[in-house]
Amino acid sequence: MQPEPHVNGVPVLAVHDLKKHFPIRTGLLQRAAGKVFAVDGVSFSIGAGETLGLVGETGSGKTTVGRTVLRLIEPTAGRIELAGTDITHLDRSALRPYRRQMQIIFQDPFSSLDPRMSVGDIVAEPLRVHGLASGREVRERVAQLFERVGLRPAQMDYYPHQFSGGQRQRIGIARALALRPKLIVADEPVSALDVSIQAQVLNLMHDLQQEMGLSYLFISHNLAVVEHISHRIAVMYLGRIVEYADKRTLFTRPLHPYTEQLLLAVPVPDPRVKRRRPVLQGDVPSPINPPSGCHFHTRCPYAVERCRVEVPLLREAGAGQMVACHLR
Amino acid sequence: MAILDITPTPTAEVASADTLWTKIRYHAVAHPLGLAGAVIMLVFVFAAVFADFITAYDPVATNAAISLLPPGHAHPLGTDAMGRDIYSRIVYGARISLAVGLGSTALGSILGVILGLASGYIGGWIDLVIQRIVDILQAMPLLVLALVMAASLGPALGNTIVAIAIPLIPYTARVIRSNTLALREQPFVEAARAVGMSELRIAVRHVLPNTLAPLIVIATAQLGAAILTEASLSFLGLGVPEPHPSWGRMLSESAAEYVRVAPWLVVFPGLAISLAVFGTNLFGDALRDILDPRLRD
Repeated sequence: MQPEPHVNGVPVLAVHDLKKHFPIRTGLLQRAAGKVFAVDGVSFSIGAGETLGLVGETGSGKTTVGRTVLRLIEPTAGRIELAGTDITHLDRSALRPYRRQMQIIFQDPFSSLDPRMSVGDIVAEPLRVHGLASGREVRERVAQLFERVGLRPAQMDYYPHQFSGGQRQRIGIARALALRPKLIVADEPVSALDVSIQAQVLNLMHDLQQEMGLSYLFISHNLAVVEHISHRIAVMYLGRIVEYADKRTLFTRPLHPYTEQLLLAVPVPDPRVKRRRPVLQGDVPSPINPPSGCHFHTRCPYAVERCRVEVPLLREAGAGQMVACHLR
Repeated sequence: MAILDITPTPTAEVASADTLWTKIRYHAVAHPLGLAGAVIMLVFVFAAVFADFITAYDPVATNAAISLLPPGHAHPLGTDAMGRDIYSRIVYGARISLAVGLGSTALGSILGVILGLASGYIGGWIDLVIQRIVDILQAMPLLVLALVMAASLGPALGNTIVAIAIPLIPYTARVIRSNTLALREQPFVEAARAVGMSELRIAVRHVLPNTLAPLIVIATAQLGAAILTEASLSFLGLGVPEPHPSWGRMLSESAAEYVRVAPWLVVFPGLAISLAVFGTNLFGDALRDILDPRLRD
């Protein structure tokens, strides 16, 4: 069992009303013809040593949230606070010291490592960029990181193509750890791996959190994986958070119809269990023209007239649970 | 941690056993035509480097007494109208061909890489401007553009290299740009950005090395074109000036007047040009197949 988060004082990451609208440019003059509402007003916070799971279907904007938090994508509006410091508008050089405190782990263990660099150089790069070590010290630090993530330091001089997917993901984790960050954004870190390897990587991430007090923003579409590692979970739909609760509450008493449907869709590894067929059908509507009112009303089995007109706000609905629904 | 730790033993043992030599042997067997091309190129390189040791005569020394000698004992490939040894001139001519070929290919590649990288990585109006310049350059055939350049710069070895290098730029710039566009979206570039690496350093350290394979392929293909263009320019009198022996000028000096009486004046320099271009093309095709299977037709 994972300990409950110790959210004392300032959260490691606090996001307020974050928005990211991508303009759609057309024609010779690159006129903005419309907008993709990728992230449309998202707020959450992550305490020290805590994991926030961010779940949603493809196109829900969860990846954009992760990239925007790291300032890899410029936010359209909103505020990002890293350990109490507003980093939303810091320029490149001012942002550099804060980059040491937040790192990223990618989904694809193949394209996330430069094929032309030895894995030792890949892990050493953050140390070199920030001038944290030089000469022999670099190799020593990299060797420690290799051991920490379960790789043999003797493999430092190999190239990425000589490793398996799980090993590559460990290399990616070692690179993220090199700067001893407080926060790691993990963007679908295990969804490209075999199920058996997924457990290994998840356990590694869990151990690292215990040891180093890391905070994770864990982005995934897989509820089973998120349940395994998260303390709290935010469910996203079309750029908005529809439900935000601690793990146990969310899985035992989901309030939002969308969360309900997602939980019904989780496969149960027991053929005798008879289940209600999930009603969630069709695709997520386009974020270019999101449905009016509650974005989910087009697929919601309980939708009423009010849902078509009025945008539901995220509000408190019991201890440690917030939901954006008119009916719950 | 302990129970779940797999003992990672990658395929590195196999890979490290692959020394450079065994790799070369493997590819040589798989691509016999490429091997033939490489051998032809090596012969020309050898001739250019050791020209002083493998020729008996000065390539520019004239001697009216032995003008237009047919191939024979003393002069294996005969002599020209001014009594100069054809064999010596062809061997020394390899120096000119290779110097111009390699020089213009290298210069064109360097400029093409800089433009392509800037265009693809920075994007925006810089990309727009560079691409329109590249369009204009590419609209004209290699030889025509080289002709104009050579005519305006005047005949000299350095000018010939520049005149051929400029028209080669757009092809390199295009390929490097498209590779850069794909590479800059790769997660490993994003990782470097997340670490706080400067954009210039990312472009040089992560993007550029990943464009090298296609670059080598294009450069090899361009080498043959550059050698041929030098011969053409020299044939037209716009290339490398006297006294340097150039295959192209050897042809133009002899073609009209002597082709009937002394065909060896035309045949041997022509053969040298054809062989050199043929060799680089064979080698370039094999190299493309080995290094970059995506570029195969």
